[in-house]
Amino acid sequence: MADLKSNFLGIETPNPFWLASAPPTDKAYNINRAFEAGWGGAVWKTLGEDPPIVNVNGPRYGAMHSNERRVIGFNNIELITDRPLQTNLDEIRQMKRDWPDRAIIASVMLPMNEETWAKYVPMIEDTGADGFELNFGCPHGMSERGMGAAVGQVPEYIQMATEWCKKFATTPVIVKLTPNVTNILPPAKAAMEGGADAVSLINTINSIMRVNYDTLTMFPTTDDMGSHGGYCGQAVKPIALHMVAEIARTAETAKIPISGIGGIQDWRDAVDFLALGASNVQVCTAAMVYGFGIIDDLTDGLARFLDDKGMTGVSNLVGRAVPSVTDWQYLNLNHIEKAVIDQDLCIQCGRCHIVCEDTSHQAITHKVNGERRFEVIDDECVGCNLCVSVCPVDGCISMQAMTTGTDPRTGQAIKSGKADWTTHPNNPMRKEA
Amino acid sequence: MSAPDIKMGRLSADEIAEKFGDLHPPLSRPEALIEADRCYFCFDAPCTTACPTGIDIPSFIQKIRSDNVQGSAETILKENIMGGMCARVCPTEVLCEEACVRNTHEEKPVNIGLLQRYATDPTFQSGAQLFERGPETGKKVAIVGGGPAGLSCAHRLAMLGHDAVIYSRDDKLGGLNEYGIAAYKTVDEFAQREVDWILNIGGIDVRTNIALGDDIHLADLQRDYDAVFLAFGLGGVNSLGLENEDADNVLNAVDFIADLRQAEDKGKLPIGRRVIVIGGGMTAIDVAVQSKRLGSEQVDIVYRRGADQMGASQFEQELAQTNDVSIRHWSTPIGLSVANGLAQVKFERTRLDATGKLQMTGEIWTAEADIVFKAVGQTIDLESLGGDAQSIEQRGGKLVVNEARKTSLDKIWAGGDCIFGHDDLTVSAVQDGKLAALSIDRHLRGEEANNG
Repeated sequence: MADLKSNFLGIETPNPFWLASAPPTDKAYNINRAFEAGWGGAVWKTLGEDPPIVNVNGPRYGAMHSNERRVIGFNNIELITDRPLQTNLDEIRQMKRDWPDRAIIASVMLPMNEETWAKYVPMIEDTGADGFELNFGCPHGMSERGMGAAVGQVPEYIQMATEWCKKFATTPVIVKLTPNVTNILPPAKAAMEGGADAVSLINTINSIMRVNYDTLTMFPTTDDMGSHGGYCGQAVKPIALHMVAEIARTAETAKIPISGIGGIQDWRDAVDFLALGASNVQVCTAAMVYGFGIIDDLTDGLARFLDDKGMTGVSNLVGRAVPSVTDWQYLNLNHIEKAVIDQDLCIQCGRCHIVCEDTSHQAITHKVNGERRFEVIDDECVGCNLCVSVCPVDGCISMQAMTTGTDPRTGQAIKSGKADWTTHPNNPMRKEA
Repeated sequence: MSAPDIKMGRLSADEIAEKFGDLHPPLSRPEALIEADRCYFCFDAPCTTACPTGIDIPSFIQKIRSDNVQGSAETILKENIMGGMCARVCPTEVLCEEACVRNTHEEKPVNIGLLQRYATDPTFQSGAQLFERGPETGKKVAIVGGGPAGLSCAHRLAMLGHDAVIYSRDDKLGGLNEYGIAAYKTVDEFAQREVDWILNIGGIDVRTNIALGDDIHLADLQRDYDAVFLAFGLGGVNSLGLENEDADNVLNAVDFIADLRQAEDKGKLPIGRRVIVIGGGMTAIDVAVQSKRLGSEQVDIVYRRGADQMGASQFEQELAQTNDVSIRHWSTPIGLSVANGLAQVKFERTRLDATGKLQMTGEIWTAEADIVFKAVGQTIDLESLGGDAQSIEQRGGKLVVNEARKTSLDKIWAGGDCIFGHDDLTVSAVQDGKLAALSIDRHLRGEEANNG
């Protein structure tokens, strides 16, 4: 089976799965259990200055459930570690001794002045931790005090703090980015400018879970008031993947190693992040929902996948999908696809018909010769993929490319070459092909 | 031969309570949410098409998903006012659930029946009224029969503002829901709670213990009311056409089922050690299974055709078998004798000929039983119609109606088991009552010709 051994910034771990800095990595007890279960590394719950912060004692978490009460999305208002710094440092030191083959990264969040960094960075590094992760991401609580996302949203601050950390650290420095920005590239560039060895993303997204339908307050609340929390879990993965891919495919940032975070629950999620440019991944919510045992599926599934693809290691996979990500303007407008419904698999639920009829292009029948039957009308189908998306039967509807002949919708011959918006006659800014 | 072994109290009170408990326990909220999640919310849903009352099933299930349980109940009950009872007694496996698209790949349809019960139970527990009586029109409609068809018609007429008077020959309303369904299908007096809830809308006058033909006459109703809806079901019971059929231990299944439902203490109902049930419909299954559950040692259903031809659904047949009732196909009774109180039934084996007609084979077998139940169908009591009314167009001994449930006679509509082509299901009777009420309403408003 493929070797999952990972080398991220020179930090070697038996697999590329680290626990993200979060409640599961708050103390030695938890991390010890994680390492026993097989996790490759852990980013310790964010350290801060003494006296430690205090947390609320009401709900810290909220969840978005499916009807089966599967957790689809999750949020939290827990702050950084609420234990004395020395307690954490002692435990990190002991854990590094106990688990020399696993990574322990110290997540840190410190005020914006150089003296503080000068004081704490060497003290933390002395524990034997393998590196730093700078928490410029937490969107709740700490950001009100000028830290966390308040730093991550200002590229100049990112650069400044990264420089301070790099100045006093000898081990690698990872900058953890907040997704609460309109464009992830300036923060990523700032981290590079500041000398970061890697970026990790995404941190959590500002969110309010819902309203309490009885009290008509936000939900959950601490006593009678609530505050926005950081959103994570499966639901955020596509947002995270986009941001990872943007960094990986942009020339100025492409070289910085990425630790991918956001909604990883099974090995396929990890493949997504790795193929779109992450070199390793971090997990939190799935562990908080199912416990550390999920590592077995993550490692086993990834190893088998690599085998199937003929890859010998994780590095073969990293970035493989990045060249396929481009700007809209470069998409091939000559490419024509039509939906095709496999009548043998069709269960005749009619969902494809009604969504196409109501919200799209009226391109799927509901009756043929008086019988209930769902067929694509090629004359109307624009190849939008809506029917494929809503069909409850996997593989029943597929998109098939037309390579020759005429598109019955437009009456235009299918062209073999590529042509995109940059040269399209309708584009006033077109360039000559 | 000893005297027949017929006695009460074959089982303890606890055993009886357990055996006559809910056949399908209701879904809990988590179970209902998970089951509701299985619904695909089909377009032009096949389940809705398969429902005789046309309940918008995807819509009521979606409302369960969103915790809008009363909204879900209203979606059900506005099409089928007896949606509560139908959730318990409908043969869903040949209606909505048979049509469920989940069958295609999984052979496991959404459990629509239990979801419908989950949606409607709270309404009947709280008694919340979901429908209002319409502005009064001053029109008055006589309804003969207080079963599902009559109640459905009365309720819809009340919603439309007409007054309804229900004449029932029985003590209680509900018809077969009250007297004709196995006890384990409708526990906790549900049938009467449902009747009370339906009547609560107002504008429905109930007169019990009044029989058409004896106490009231169709011609009078026709004269005194703006419209008449006949829904008196099947008053007569088919006989076997054999001698000794009136012996003490040869009983009509429908009577025994009614006694069982009305019994304060089921343990006090005498039942035989060995029981033979003749027939192949739901009634046969109901009496057989309940006999077994009262403690009969051996219960045999004997039916003159095969499993596929039985009126009882596949589910019902399996229910009989899992209750240790044996079903013997392809035999018909040709003789009945009673000696020392013990019934001896002589059967002849049957088969289908090449044209599909039932043939006797000449092969004889006999069986003894302490009690024989006749469950070979019921008939309309045409004499009750009296005089001219018998001129209503009939076919197969039943009343002929058009799509709007109008008979051939002026001002007279009909529905339920007494009409030709009826499938003897509660849900269809409810639909008959609804359609008749809508037609009567159009007629009374002058929108529809009297002859429908």
